[in-house]
Amino acid sequence: MKIKLTFWRVVFIVIMSLGLYSSFVRYFRGLGAVSNMTDQFPWGLWIGFDCLCGVMLAAGGFCIVGAVYLFNVERLHSVVRPAVLTAFLGYLLFIVGLLFDLGRPWYIWHQLIYMNPHSVMFEVGMCVMTYTTVLFFEFLPNVFERFDLQAPIRWIKKIYPVLIVLGILLSTLHQSSLGSLYLIMPSKLHPFWYTPALPFLFFASAVAVGLAMTIFESTQSAKAFGRHLELPVLVTLGGALLVALWVNALLRFEDYFRRGLLREITRPSYEAYFLWLELMLAFVIPITMLSFRKVRLSPNGLYLASVISLLGFITNRLNVSLIGFETYVGHHYMPKWTEFSVTLMIIAMGFALFGLAVKYLPIFPEEGQAVQRRQRTKPEPLVATPVLGHAGD
Amino acid sequence: MNKALLYDATMCIGCKQCESACAQQNKLPYDDTVAAESVQSEHKYTVVMTKNDKFMRRLCMHCEHPACASACPVGAFHKTKEGPVVYDVWKCIGCRYCMVACAFSQPKYEWGSLNPRVRKCIMCPDRVVAGKQTACAEICPTGATKFGDRDDLIKEAQDRIRQNPSTYLPRIYGLNEVGGTCVLILSSMKVEEYGYPASEKIGDTPMPEYTGRVMSWVPDFIPAWSLVLGGIYWISHRREEVAEAEAEEKKNGRER
Repeated sequence: MKIKLTFWRVVFIVIMSLGLYSSFVRYFRGLGAVSNMTDQFPWGLWIGFDCLCGVMLAAGGFCIVGAVYLFNVERLHSVVRPAVLTAFLGYLLFIVGLLFDLGRPWYIWHQLIYMNPHSVMFEVGMCVMTYTTVLFFEFLPNVFERFDLQAPIRWIKKIYPVLIVLGILLSTLHQSSLGSLYLIMPSKLHPFWYTPALPFLFFASAVAVGLAMTIFESTQSAKAFGRHLELPVLVTLGGALLVALWVNALLRFEDYFRRGLLREITRPSYEAYFLWLELMLAFVIPITMLSFRKVRLSPNGLYLASVISLLGFITNRLNVSLIGFETYVGHHYMPKWTEFSVTLMIIAMGFALFGLAVKYLPIFPEEGQAVQRRQRTKPEPLVATPVLGHAGD
Repeated sequence: MNKALLYDATMCIGCKQCESACAQQNKLPYDDTVAAESVQSEHKYTVVMTKNDKFMRRLCMHCEHPACASACPVGAFHKTKEGPVVYDVWKCIGCRYCMVACAFSQPKYEWGSLNPRVRKCIMCPDRVVAGKQTACAEICPTGATKFGDRDDLIKEAQDRIRQNPSTYLPRIYGLNEVGGTCVLILSSMKVEEYGYPASEKIGDTPMPEYTGRVMSWVPDFIPAWSLVLGGIYWISHRREEVAEAEAEEKKNGRER
């Protein structure tokens, strides 16, 4: 087999080689050599982006699963699999990121034997482990179908209702607990981002991000794999996204109103600039765009609005985890290039794995039918979603 | 009985003997270069700072309700009944949540190590259990750092303020801050000027309470939310089943 050298493959190779070099520095020279983290800034880009944003961007899994299986939004059936795949990969890569960031990753299993139930980090750790397992089982039918294994598909079908409920429960806990992590630092985190409502805000924004991310990845994979784009799906998601953005915006407003910060946030300051950037990207621009029917019905408009809101919520997580500490610490934190390159490597791995999965597994409906047609063994029709579709029958 | 340290900045002469005794006790390197360092680090648990010819010492505050111990996912930190907040390096996975959680930013990290540890003053727990003073208190030539029962030290600090009201600011830093600490500070200058967090900023609420409130909901939240989700699932699929059954019936009826 000959592998063609396309532009993106070259980019991928460059990113991976730089990432491997940085990994070498990380594990053979230490955290101090690979990062700009210090005693004043013990959490850097890897926590702020790889962990906080990574988990947030994986929220599509539980949002879509919830919409389809709890609320019977049948139209979204076709995006369940890509959303679950994204979530599964997101969590796997989150764990990879953790192995870079933890100072002693070889002791990560201590989490299972030395438990401190008072620690939010303990809750986070348990959620990561259990939800990744749940996602693995939600993802498995893809593999079984690919190899036409009927018996295990039936087993998974049997436990599917449990997986769905467990998945949403664990996501709720995990997304919100990432916000709860910061509750213990009232004197350090800037008041623009420190609020007792952090766990609620983190969960609410995860829902919006889950919807935006599903629009993003559907459009993106349609472009990349030359698939037909299902407009009704995108329009449904876009409408839901608009509602979710409004809810989030109102929650933020209510939070600032209740804490009497409304005047403060309009005054120019270092933090205010970043807050404005966040609010513009996460709320003002996408809400304005999506308020136009024309945008809500156009694939490009929906794509653009989603990407902008994603950038906004990423800014939010970085504000909470990095910018919000700079005044307390008294200096700025700028990640070293090796930190960036590890993060880029993880993102590149995500794209590559997604591509591979789509290529070899029945992730998208057409592909699923093709596989089934090729094999032609089934007594019952095996459309891409039936495993999930009839779960709990 | 809870042991504590009372540091009276007005009695401190800045000799830094506490620094060297601490280094010796904890087997850390100590020479003129380390002595000249004015910040705490992984090899300097305590530091004596100088500002306008006045001195101030910094070390782990050994909170009554330590944020680090509540934050650590594997319980590598714990508060002993004698007072010291100690660290078990074996348990530590290196998440550094303790460092972010500590209101006094006391835990420091071995950034250069390949198997890094969190480092901070542990209040000489072996000596304290054996009924001895901490190394720093024992060596202090002026009694600026004094070791004793926390309650006794508080009384003594209050007496000192009462007897010399012009010498001291009328407060004991650490008496109520974040729910009380086992390092108590008396001084003529505001401790904030030496990098301590202001009392108003950290408040008197123990830091673990901020996360504890949320964490205490979790045990109730899990069954409640599972029930709600399971209920919604059941209802929405029941409706589907009924619809399917009805459709089936209609179809059968037509065929007949």
